[in-house]
Amino acid sequence: MIVALIGVIALVSVNALFLIWMERKVAAHIQLRPGPMEVGYHGALQTVADALKLMGKELITPDEVDRPVYLLAPIIIFLPVLVLFLVIPFSPNLIIRDLNVGILLIFAFSSLTVLSILMAGWSSNNKYSVFGAIRSIAQNIAYEIPLLITAMSIILMVGSFKLTDIVAAQDKVWFVVIQPLAFLLYIICATAETNRAPFDIPEAESELVAGFHTEYSGMRFGLFFLAEYTNMFVVSAVATVLFLGGWRGWILPPVVWFLIKVYAIIFLIMWFRWTFPRLRFDQLITFAWKVLIPLAFVNLLVTALAIKLF
Amino acid sequence: MLISYLPILVYLIISIGLAVLIVALSEALGKKTHTAVKDLPYECGMVPISDARHRYAVKFYVITMFFLVFDIEAIFLYPWGVIFKPLGLFGLIEMGVFILILMVGLAYVWGKGALEWE
Amino acid sequence: MNGAQTMPQTETMVLNLGPQHPSTHGVLRVVLELDGELIVKADPDIGYLHRGIEKMCEFRTYHQCLPLTDRIDYLAGSANNLGFVLAVEKLLGVEVPKRGQYIRVMIAELTRISSHLFWLGTHGHDLGAMTPLFYAFREREKLMDLFEMVWGGRLFPCYFRIGGLAADLPEGFTDQVWEFVETFPKKIEDYENLLTHNRIWIARTKGVGVMSPDEVLDWGWSGPMARGSGVDWDLRRDNPYSRYEDFDFVVPLGSNGDTYDRYLVRMEEMRQSNRIVRQVLENLPSGDINVADPRVALPPKERVYNNIEALINHFLIIEEGVIPPVGEVYQAIEAPKGELGFYIASDGTGHPLRVKIRAPSFANLAALGKLAKGRLLSDLIALIGTMDIVLADVDR
Repeated sequence: MIVALIGVIALVSVNALFLIWMERKVAAHIQLRPGPMEVGYHGALQTVADALKLMGKELITPDEVDRPVYLLAPIIIFLPVLVLFLVIPFSPNLIIRDLNVGILLIFAFSSLTVLSILMAGWSSNNKYSVFGAIRSIAQNIAYEIPLLITAMSIILMVGSFKLTDIVAAQDKVWFVVIQPLAFLLYIICATAETNRAPFDIPEAESELVAGFHTEYSGMRFGLFFLAEYTNMFVVSAVATVLFLGGWRGWILPPVVWFLIKVYAIIFLIMWFRWTFPRLRFDQLITFAWKVLIPLAFVNLLVTALAIKLF
Repeated sequence: MLISYLPILVYLIISIGLAVLIVALSEALGKKTHTAVKDLPYECGMVPISDARHRYAVKFYVITMFFLVFDIEAIFLYPWGVIFKPLGLFGLIEMGVFILILMVGLAYVWGKGALEWE
Repeated sequence: MNGAQTMPQTETMVLNLGPQHPSTHGVLRVVLELDGELIVKADPDIGYLHRGIEKMCEFRTYHQCLPLTDRIDYLAGSANNLGFVLAVEKLLGVEVPKRGQYIRVMIAELTRISSHLFWLGTHGHDLGAMTPLFYAFREREKLMDLFEMVWGGRLFPCYFRIGGLAADLPEGFTDQVWEFVETFPKKIEDYENLLTHNRIWIARTKGVGVMSPDEVLDWGWSGPMARGSGVDWDLRRDNPYSRYEDFDFVVPLGSNGDTYDRYLVRMEEMRQSNRIVRQVLENLPSGDINVADPRVALPPKERVYNNIEALINHFLIIEEGVIPPVGEVYQAIEAPKGELGFYIASDGTGHPLRVKIRAPSFANLAALGKLAKGRLLSDLIALIGTMDIVLADVDR
C-alpha cells in the first residue's frame, strides 16, 4: 500500500516533468528548432529546474478575490490526480486496486476538474478568468457526453467496468479494429476534455491571456499545470485500455508496452496542438452537439445491434 | 465489500495533504511584497472597469440544461451496459427506444435552433 | 414594474483588451462592451505609441528626418524610407539613376515579403496555429541576414537616401538574393500546406470581417485590405514610382472581402514580390546609384579627402541639408500594409515646414469597431490579425 502510494506520487511527478519536456521537444522539432538544450542531456532537466523556480515564486493573492474559494481551487484540481492512478492496469499484476467500477471511477473523478476550474475562474474576480472558466465548463460538459457514450460501446462488448476485464476481452483483437469510429470519437473528446489544441479555447492565450488561471502564480499555477498533464496521461491510459489492448504486446514486458502505447497517444495529441489552429468557441460547442453526440449514439446503437446479431 | 473502496478515501486525503504541502512550501519559499497596483486583477494593464462577477449570457445556462439532461441519460445507460448480454433482446429493444427518445430530444433542440450561437 | 413589461436583459460587461495583451500587436487598447462572448461595441483606443514623428521632422534637416521614418512601420522600414525620399526627390525635381531605382525596388519588395511573413506568423499564432510562426520567421530571418549585409542593421535601414542610396550593394549580395528567390516559392507552399486548406483555419477566417468594395472606399482602406474585397488598386501599377512599370507582376484580388480572402491575397503578393525581385536581379543595370547633382548627393569619399571643394560640398549638405524650393508635394507608395503617403510642405529652407504621413494601418484600423460589432470575442482577434496593424504606424 505504502509502496504503491509512493510509486504513484513518483509517477505523477516524473510523468508531468517528462511530458512538459516532451511537449517542448515535440513542439521544437515540429517547428524545426532544437528546443531546450542547456540543462542536462538535451535539456532533460529543464523542467526540473522550472519546477524548482516555480517553487520559489511569490504566491500572489490579488485584492477582491473570493479568498477561500480562490485558495481552494488549486487543491481541488489536485484531488483526483492520485486517485485516477488507483485503477489503471499497467500490467496484469501492476494495478493497485482492481475495482469493479474502474472506468466509472476515472470518469467520475476526472469530472472534478470542471468544479475546480469554475472555482478558480469565478473567485479570481478577473474578467479573463471568468471567460476562461465559463468556456471551459461549456466545453467540458459538451465533450463529456460523447466521451461517456463512446466508452459505453466498449463496455457493452465487455460487459464489465473493470479495466482488467476490458483488457482481457482484447486477447484476440484490439477494439480499435472493431470500433475505429469509437476510437476516433474518443481521441477527439479526450483532446477536448484535456483542453488541448485545437480545443484549447479555455486558455487560449491570444484571446484570454491565460484563461481561468490568469491570477494564479507560483506553485498554485503549478498545480493546475500538473493536473493538466496528469489528465493527459490518464485519458491516454484509458484510450490504451479501451482500444489498444492495454498491456498486450510481444517480447517486451507488459508494463513497457502499456507505457509505449500511452505515450504514443500523448504524442498524437501533442502533434495536433502544433499543427492545427484553434477553433472558435461556438464552432467547438456546435461540433460536439451536432457531430460527436449523434455519432456516438449511432455508434452505440450499431454496436448493440451487432452484438445481438452475431 | 465497501472496504475495497477504502483506498480511494485514503488517496483523496493524501492528495489534499500533498497539494497543501506543495502550496505551503511555495508560500514559505517565495517572497512577499505587496503594492496597490500589483494586487489589482489583471486587465491588460488598465484599472478594471466594473466587477468581473456579473450576470452572464443566458446562452450558457441553456447549454448547461442540455448537459444535465444528456449526461444523466448517459449515466442511465451505464448499468444497462454491464447486464446487456444477460438481458437479451428485451434489453436491446428497451434501450433502443430510450436512445431513440434521446435522439428525438436532440433533434428537437437542434431544430429549435438552441444549438446555434448567433 | 410600473405596469410596463420590461424585457429581462443580460448585463453587458466592459472589458479592456490591451494595451498589455498578447494579440493586440503592440499597445493597442480595445475597449469592448460584451454580452457574454458577443461584442456589442468595440472601440479601438490608440496613442500609446505616439512619438510625434511628424512634428519632430519640422526641426530636422531632410536627411535627419530619414531615421525617424524608419520607425513609422518598423516591420517595413525601407518602405517608409522609400516614400519619404521619393517625396523629397519630387520636391527637388531630381531622378535617381536606373541602377539606384532598381535596387530600391528590390529592397522594397524584399521588405514587403518580410513584412508579410511577420503578418503570417502572428496572424496564425493569434488563431492558435503556432507552427507557421516559426516557419515564417525562418525565412524572415534569412531576409534579416540579407538586410544586415546591406545596411548593417535589421529593422532600421536608412539605406535609401535622398538622391540615391547610402552605398552600392555589398559583394556577394545578389548571389544570396538569388538563392532566396529560388527557394522561397517552395517555402510558401509549406505555409499553405499548414493553413490554406485546413478546415479549422477556413472556419475561423471565412466570413469574418466582410467588407464590400463600397465600404472599403468609404473607410479609406488600401493595400491588401482593399484588394481582399476586390478593389483593384495598387499604386505600383496604377501610379508607378521608382520604375515599377518596368516589371511584370499580377495584382491579386479577393472576391468575398473576408479574412480568408485577405489571407490569400497576401500569400499571392509574396509570390509576386518574389517574381519582381527575380526580374530585378535579371535586369540589374550597372552604373551610378546616386543623382549627379552636388546639391543633393554627397561627393564620393576619396574626393572629400583630397579636394577642398568636395569637402565644403560635403559639409554644406550635412550642415544645411538639401534645400528644396518653396512648394508642397504628396507622394504615395504601395507599402506592405497599404498606401503610405508623405505630404511635405517646404518653405525653401533646409527643414520641412510641415510633414504629414498618411499611414495605412491608421486608416485600416478605423473600421475595427464596425467589423467587430455583433461578432464573438475570438473573431476580434482574427480581425486584429488580418488588419496587419503596426501600432507605431498607427500612432506615429
